[in-house]
Amino acid sequence: MSFDVQRVDSVTVIDVKGQLIVGNRQELKQRVLDELEGGARRFLVDFAGTGYIDSSGLGVLVSLSKKIREQGGELRLANLNEDLRTLFELTKLDTLFHIANNRDEALTSF
Amino acid sequence: MDVEPDWFAMAGNLTLELPTDLRTIEIVVESMIERGRNIGFNPDRLRLNLRVGLTEALTNAMLYGNRKDPDKRVRILAQFSPHEINIVVTDEGHGFDPVGVPDPTTPVNIRRARGRGIFMIRQLMDHVEYNARGNAVTMKLINGPGGPIAHAS
Repeated sequence: MSFDVQRVDSVTVIDVKGQLIVGNRQELKQRVLDELEGGARRFLVDFAGTGYIDSSGLGVLVSLSKKIREQGGELRLANLNEDLRTLFELTKLDTLFHIANNRDEALTSF
Repeated sequence: MDVEPDWFAMAGNLTLELPTDLRTIEIVVESMIERGRNIGFNPDRLRLNLRVGLTEALTNAMLYGNRKDPDKRVRILAQFSPHEINIVVTDEGHGFDPVGVPDPTTPVNIRRARGRGIFMIRQLMDHVEYNARGNAVTMKLINGPGGPIAHAS
């Protein structure tokens, strides 16, 4: 897994490439926390390049969302493939996150 | 990476012993999916159901069973057929009580960072059973033309 971070207007966009799983989830978590500590408040994680997220990866997203909300910010998600949508629905995390169909939709809805 | 595969395939059966190393999980899961593809298993059920079941079972075995102890091993017994895949994942821990695992989708639990792995296994594998000690999980995935959601429990 690798990820790119860029700023689009006021939104910090994180592109995740590869699988977000137990062996690498802490890298993403720490990077987002660093951005949060640096003052960023609006986050979009783009999963266009992500095939799979395991329960540990889902847990990191839940944890980050909570920490970002505590700082008055928001974490949104975009571009989940069919399998990822299924996992979010099964775990009911689709009720917890704002999930956009694509990046533009997510950015304009902030 | 020291996976040290101890494969012996005979009539679709195989065993594998892994060190407690989270980096081995993705490698093993991908090779199991490939094995399923080679016998004509529904690719949707391999890509999601088998991946979830095996990934979560191995993660639980290493993190909570073996408590990240690199000297402890995780054993996989797998039986592949065109009709079903049966997998047993065993760790060297003291076991746990699977009955006491809370539902992670309730309003009280949904904001918790942990506790979704066993739920996901149960949702996506067709049969899930733990041994009495609680350190081995047996999972069955049935082949079929349907979508990725398990069609039995």
